[in-house]
Order: sequence, then C-alpha cells, then structure tokens
Amino acid sequence: MTVRVQTQDFDFSGEIARLRLGNPAIGAVVSFLGAVRDVNDGAAVSEMELEHYPGMTEKALEDIVSEARRRWDVIDVLVIHRVGPLKPLDQIVLVAVASAHRGEAFLACEFIIDYLKMEAPFWKKEQTAEGARWVDARVTDDQALNKWKLSAKEQT
Amino acid sequence: MKIQIRYFASVREALGVSQESVSLPAQATTVGAVRAFLIERGGVWSTALGSQRALRMAYNQIMAGPDTPVGEAGEVAFFPPVTGG
Repeated sequence: MTVRVQTQDFDFSGEIARLRLGNPAIGAVVSFLGAVRDVNDGAAVSEMELEHYPGMTEKALEDIVSEARRRWDVIDVLVIHRVGPLKPLDQIVLVAVASAHRGEAFLACEFIIDYLKMEAPFWKKEQTAEGARWVDARVTDDQALNKWKLSAKEQT
Repeated sequence: MKIQIRYFASVREALGVSQESVSLPAQATTVGAVRAFLIERGGVWSTALGSQRALRMAYNQIMAGPDTPVGEAGEVAFFPPVTGG
C-alpha cells in the first residue's frame, strides 16, 4: 500500500505500471482520477489552492485504505493526492486498486474515493471572477458514504 | 493542562491564527469543552467556532467528537467539513 501527498504532478500510466510491476497475481486494476474543472457551482474557476493537515492527512488515508483491504480481497492500493496551487485540467487525485479479479477492485476503489472525500482533511479554495471562495462540502458526498454503511450492515 | 490547537482553511482565515499553545482551565477536559473555552473569547472566536457553523474537530490527528477527552500536550484541531478529492 502506498499513500502520497505531494505538490508535484504524477504520471498516471507510470504509476499504474509500477503498481503492477512483476506481480502476475494481479488480474485487474481499477483507477479513479480526479481533475480540476473550470466551472464549479455556476462560477468560472481560474485556479484553486488545496490546503491539508500534514500528518493527519496521511494517517486518515492509510486508515481508509486499511478499511478497504479489510472489506475486500485486494492485492495492492495506491493513493496520490496533490496539494498547493492547481489549475483547471490539472490532476488532483489518483486512487488505483489492484486485485485478482475486477469485482473487488471496482468496489474498493469507489469506497476509497468516497471516504477520502468525507474524511481526509483536505480543503479547496477556488479563485473565481468574484474573488476567492472556500468550496462547500457536498451533501451528495454524505449520501455516498451512507451507501457503504448500509452495505456493511447487510453483510453482518 | 497545556495543549496545542490548530486551525485550518476557512476557520484559520476567520481567526487569523493557524496554531497556538493554550493553558486550559481545569474543567476543560474534552474537545467540546476546549471549543466552548475558545468561544468565550468572543468576537471572531464565537462566530468562527459557534454552534451555528458546520465545524469538524480532531484530537491527536484523528476525527473527534465533543466528548473526546484531551490530555496534557495533546493536539486539538478545528476545521470546516473537508472538500478534497
């Protein structure tokens, strides 16, 4: 398992290749790539700044990955999240899950990004024509988490 | 009891402080009591940390509720709901 918080960009295909490197047990890799959009809540976004809580961020991401590994039989997980100044089109986040078969990798990948959005201490501040504004948390992110809590209950 | 307090994002901006060392009164033994103690300062403290604001709290870098106990040299943090990803 690898968790990285960094200001620099990352090479998507290079990261996926490294995750699979020399491991013929891996039959599936599912990835989520998050990117900066140029519009949010009806306003044009020219730039954003991602703040985080050093130390807690890494710990929170490691806990989320550990929980995913407890729930599903996956071989390896990579999470990269960028911080600092970002522009539209930039890559923000990569979650990649390697497993023997696709089903577990799809579920674990979606679980990790849903929890990351609710529990990892990152905050976005956008620059718009009207000035800078902090992005509000979305109710739909809360709903995404409820889905996982329900499915955990169904399993017990 | 002496603790470290950290503030992030819109809370940090509203307060104009990113971290401070605080000596707590004897009755402030939980994260919720630390919040109440800071609100007592009035002004921006009561608006930025008041109950009308969506606020998240952490103790020693783990998400915490108001009842989470705090100890000597602990680290309490206050911040808005997270928006990463």
